[in-house]
Amino acid sequence: MSTIEVPRAEFLEVATEPRPPRRRRVKRKTVNTIIWFVVLFAITAVILYPLVWLVFSTFKPSSEFGQNPGLIPDNPTVDNYVKVLEGIGGTPLWRFFANSLFIALMAVIGTLFSSALAAYAFARIKFKGAGVLFAAMIGTLLLPFHVIIIPQYIIFNRLELVDTYWPLILPKFLATEAFFVFLIVQFIRNIPRDMDEAARIDGAGHLRIFFSIILPLIKPALITSAIFTFIWTWNDFLGPLLYVNSPEQYPLPIALRLYNDATSTSDYGATVAVSFLALLPILIFFIVFQRFLVDGVATQGLKG
Amino acid sequence: MGCPGPGALFSQGPENHVSTETQSIVTAEAESKSVRQAMRQLRRSEYGKVPTTEGKRSQNRRETVAGYGFLLPWMLGFLGLTVGPMIFSLYLAFTKYNLFTAPEWIGLDNFVRMFTEDPQFMQSVQITLVYVLVGTPIKLAAALAVAMLLNYRNKGSGFFRSSFYAPSLIGASVSVAIVWRAMFSTDGPVDSSLSLFGIELGGWVGNVDLVIPMMILLAVWQFGAPMVIFLAGLKQIPQELYEAAEVDGAGPVRKFRSVTIPMLSSVIFFNLLLETINAFQVFASAFIISNGSGGPAGMTNFYTVYLYKRGFADGQMGYAAAMAWVLVIVVAIIAFILFKTQKSWVHYAGENR
Repeated sequence: MSTIEVPRAEFLEVATEPRPPRRRRVKRKTVNTIIWFVVLFAITAVILYPLVWLVFSTFKPSSEFGQNPGLIPDNPTVDNYVKVLEGIGGTPLWRFFANSLFIALMAVIGTLFSSALAAYAFARIKFKGAGVLFAAMIGTLLLPFHVIIIPQYIIFNRLELVDTYWPLILPKFLATEAFFVFLIVQFIRNIPRDMDEAARIDGAGHLRIFFSIILPLIKPALITSAIFTFIWTWNDFLGPLLYVNSPEQYPLPIALRLYNDATSTSDYGATVAVSFLALLPILIFFIVFQRFLVDGVATQGLKG
Repeated sequence: MGCPGPGALFSQGPENHVSTETQSIVTAEAESKSVRQAMRQLRRSEYGKVPTTEGKRSQNRRETVAGYGFLLPWMLGFLGLTVGPMIFSLYLAFTKYNLFTAPEWIGLDNFVRMFTEDPQFMQSVQITLVYVLVGTPIKLAAALAVAMLLNYRNKGSGFFRSSFYAPSLIGASVSVAIVWRAMFSTDGPVDSSLSLFGIELGGWVGNVDLVIPMMILLAVWQFGAPMVIFLAGLKQIPQELYEAAEVDGAGPVRKFRSVTIPMLSSVIFFNLLLETINAFQVFASAFIISNGSGGPAGMTNFYTVYLYKRGFADGQMGYAAAMAWVLVIVVAIIAFILFKTQKSWVHYAGENR
């Protein structure tokens, strides 16, 4: 971004009307700051209330739902957790967690591997067709997924891969999430070329440059991509809804639906407790990595 | 930040005779080591004459081989999981297909049925459009307003920025959909707080008039992602512009209209495009909140939910494929309009206007 030529502030000072006395300005500033904090804390309270409500509600007995809309349980209990840990329909809860974790970790590995390779090609290798392919990749960012889920389902069905994790994991190894390719491309473009030029002159090929120079330098972009991939895969509902049929293979979002459908009227406590447990890894991730996440969004415009 | 045509520097370079255009990949592989070494020598001497080290790019076949080598996984995915399926679904859109018997060509019947004989489809389009066209502007306005508030002061804004961003990460999850339904159910937290002010709305979930506003609120709740992008954009605006505007006697409204909006227009454009397209694709929350039914009275039967029901629950895959293509065309038109009108309202920094 080039800067815009603007007269310097010092010169402007001359033209402005005389400022109010310093002390009044300071006082006004303090008042403004207080208002600023109050307003923002109020917004924070509203925004985070649903989450806080969720946490407190997990300690409400099921009978309290519909009776006590407030935050604090009348009769706090850990029964919901006890019940939930037993699982549902003969499958223990940890199994759903393990399924989700497996899918998410494979997705992270696949996305990092394939996106970094593709990004290097787009950012550093000058080859015929690069421009067109890059534009096509950006185009897939805007493509509604609807148009490919039906044929993809038919293909995976033909390959008899429905009710396995392949349809969920394989696309990640083929860099179908263009966001991450784009994110890493942008990151590589900002790395000065001096080092790869030097390596090239010393006879290093692209593979060597990629592994020895670029890969260590793009670690922040890789971490951002990994966290987002993990969270999106962890939250993904439509994919497993289409492809995973056996309850013992369910990842958490689909298992949650099991609780939600089976128990929504009778056992709200259990549903709420599982909902919270399913969110917990993401919330922990978020608290630990918030810098990476928020800065990743700020610089690359991820959808979040 | 475009590179100043580095190719021109090397147009008489030694590697020109192996330019990518004409040579095949096979010969590239056969290229002997000695030739490569000689080329390296030549290039090195060539580089010596060039004043800058910026923009050196060899345009030989080896680069092309390397390029496509690195791109191989992406290419496989692009062709096999995106382009191929797109063509396949375009074909399916003109057929009747239920996964078990061969597709039967029926021409434009699917499209005719959609627009003339399927009130559910029309309703789905209607509520989806309301959701997108009302929800997205509100979400972006909230995002911009809060971003400006955060930009007022640097110290302490990091905490708020993170807190406001959190819903964007989890908003599409099943857990949040369950929470949302509980929050807005009869005698739930929202209903009972409104009752305190004498507003008796009852539960929003089962109410035909309130369920879309409830979904829009869920979307607006996730204003954090565009907010963070807005905030990054606001920080790029040179403070001098505001000072200059102040000298010219501009008030806050005028400064917002004449400095903030134009300087932020590329970011607004980006957010508007992405958020609009994303809004069309809402699925999990509507599906969970209505227990997969799209109710009450079809009011959460958003486009994706309906497409899922037709394609995967009823096995009308041809019809669902046709629906998908209608959506692609709508999204393409919206993107086209946005890109076209962009010229009149989006200003890029450094551009002389």
